[in-house]
Amino acid sequence: MNYFTLPLEEWTNRFVDDWLLPVTGEFFDSVSDGLRTFVDGVTDLLIAAPPELLVLILIIISWKFSGKGLALFALLGSLYLGSVDLWEAAMQTVAIVIVSTLISIIIGIPLGVLAATNKTMASIVRPILDFMQTLPSFVYLIPAILLFGLGNVPAVIATFVFATPPAVRMTTLGIQQVPADVVEASKAFGSTKWQLLYKVQLPLALPSIMAGINQTMMLALSMAVIASMIGAPGLGSVVLEGISTVNVGLGLTGGLGIVVLAIIMDRITQGLARKNKK
Amino acid sequence: MKKIEVNNLTKIFGSHPQQGLKRLMNGEQKENILAETGMTVGVNQASFSVEAGEFFVIMGLSGSGKSTLIRLVNRLIEPTSGEVLIDGQNIVEMGKNELIETRRKKLGMVFQQFGLFPHRTVLQNVAYGLEIQGVKKEERNKRAQKSIEDVGLHGYENSYPKELSGGMQQRVGLARALANDSDILLMDEAFSALDPLIRKEMQDELLNLQNKLGKTILFITHDLDEALKLGDRIAIMKNGEIVQVGTADEILENPANEYVSNFVKDVDRSKVLMASHVMKKPAVHMAEKSGALAAVRKMEDAGASSIFVVDKDNNFKGLLTIDNAINAYKSDLPIETVLIEDIHEISPETPLNDLFGVAVEAKYPLAVVENGKLLGIVSRVSILSGLVLGKKEVTTP
Repeated sequence: MNYFTLPLEEWTNRFVDDWLLPVTGEFFDSVSDGLRTFVDGVTDLLIAAPPELLVLILIIISWKFSGKGLALFALLGSLYLGSVDLWEAAMQTVAIVIVSTLISIIIGIPLGVLAATNKTMASIVRPILDFMQTLPSFVYLIPAILLFGLGNVPAVIATFVFATPPAVRMTTLGIQQVPADVVEASKAFGSTKWQLLYKVQLPLALPSIMAGINQTMMLALSMAVIASMIGAPGLGSVVLEGISTVNVGLGLTGGLGIVVLAIIMDRITQGLARKNKK
Repeated sequence: MKKIEVNNLTKIFGSHPQQGLKRLMNGEQKENILAETGMTVGVNQASFSVEAGEFFVIMGLSGSGKSTLIRLVNRLIEPTSGEVLIDGQNIVEMGKNELIETRRKKLGMVFQQFGLFPHRTVLQNVAYGLEIQGVKKEERNKRAQKSIEDVGLHGYENSYPKELSGGMQQRVGLARALANDSDILLMDEAFSALDPLIRKEMQDELLNLQNKLGKTILFITHDLDEALKLGDRIAIMKNGEIVQVGTADEILENPANEYVSNFVKDVDRSKVLMASHVMKKPAVHMAEKSGALAAVRKMEDAGASSIFVVDKDNNFKGLLTIDNAINAYKSDLPIETVLIEDIHEISPETPLNDLFGVAVEAKYPLAVVENGKLLGIVSRVSILSGLVLGKKEVTTP
């Protein structure tokens, strides 16, 4: 089928080497520094804090947002992580997930609002989201390394890119699903755009937005694991080590740790979404 | 004083409304414009005005453009051309802030599907308009409370809309529109989603409120009976155009064209016609002073077996039957002593609908009395013929 040759690979490399890195390198360096301080700070905090205190807080949150069952599961899961000596690795993963989820929310929700209220914005945002979601997650890793080096910073960036689309989409969906007559009523009584947004549209879109945050967090966890391939510390690197040394036991202990985190994060954010629906 | 004045208001939906407008101004038919350009003429050069305190109804079938028209009035939909004057100010040319201010201070609105905020309590819903104006919480709750009581929802302040029935939800909608204390109420098919009994109740209450508060009301409906019942004046819309504006009587008696007359033909006449429309001048009546024999003679002339008796000022006294008149003559009694006085008295405004039951039970014709004076009589025959023929044929001899 090669009727002609498309040197996309060469073009891309030349673009990156000749323009992207020399011109924007400084900018990315400063972003990288800021982000590193943030992620490292959160990681250090989680590791330095007494695990018993963190587990207690986790149990209370689980109980409040989900119920007794999850609280018990959180206790047992924490005991497991401690007993296989993966507590520190788990905290490193949690730090990456929390930081990247926060960035996804801070950028994703306003973007979702814009896309819901502005047609031009929607037609720009939608194809970008489609692109982000269909691109295999591994592909993100390469530019992330190029621009941000190795470690947890590119991990956060790749995770952010991978996990943001549901936050944007579910916010847009939630706002578009607010009944037209309710929006009309708000306008008819003389609401400004802002008043319409924060008194009517956002409160009514909240269940949908919370569901988006739940999905974002789950995607963030899966990406944080994959990001171990670019040197992100945490449970992912444990599994990676298990794979590369053909150590099935190590792979299993690390994998179970990820499952424990996934279940707890999922149930807590789901509980949050349910609470907002009522 | 004119509260709302609408001049040549046009709305064209589509990609190039100005082109559509040009075609429309050149006299092209809207069907033609739709076929050639794909643009829909929603409202076509509508003009009407509403006086302060007037209850103005716009009536039309679905697709006639009435819901678009009411949304052009407060610019929920942007007009393509024409002007809407609210208290003399053209809302079409207002800037954003001026428009918001006008909506806040002058225009309340009630929606067909209620448009309540599901995440807010009844009180918070009603206080919404004041809240966005920055009225302090204590003050706005006080005012919201008052309009909640006006619509009879006392005790439901802290309920959520979904906990209420449809009728009660629309009361919340009405209270929300009243709380702002705007002079004008825009009501878009406000009662169409309610079942018939609740609808009637709400109509009656709206009329009461209107009497009490003196609002200017622009009311949209597809129900002609509702239009005739509520409207001081009615505008009939078809295909985006206003085809006739007038009082209920004018529209019933002089339909502007075939479309309107077809409409009016199906009106449930019993709801529209009143006793005064079908009553007849009493065939005979006489001053009490003349004697029983004169009365018998008058009955003979009229071919009737009874006759209504009034005094010289036309004050209603009672009914005299021929038997009683003859008895009175024989025993030489004054006729006052043999009058039947427990005759059904009805007012001229009694709807025909309410006369059926009375007419079936009454042995004699019904007396139409106002302020003690006899205005006319209604027989069973005239009720029926009124239903069949309508008002015009009955009242003209």
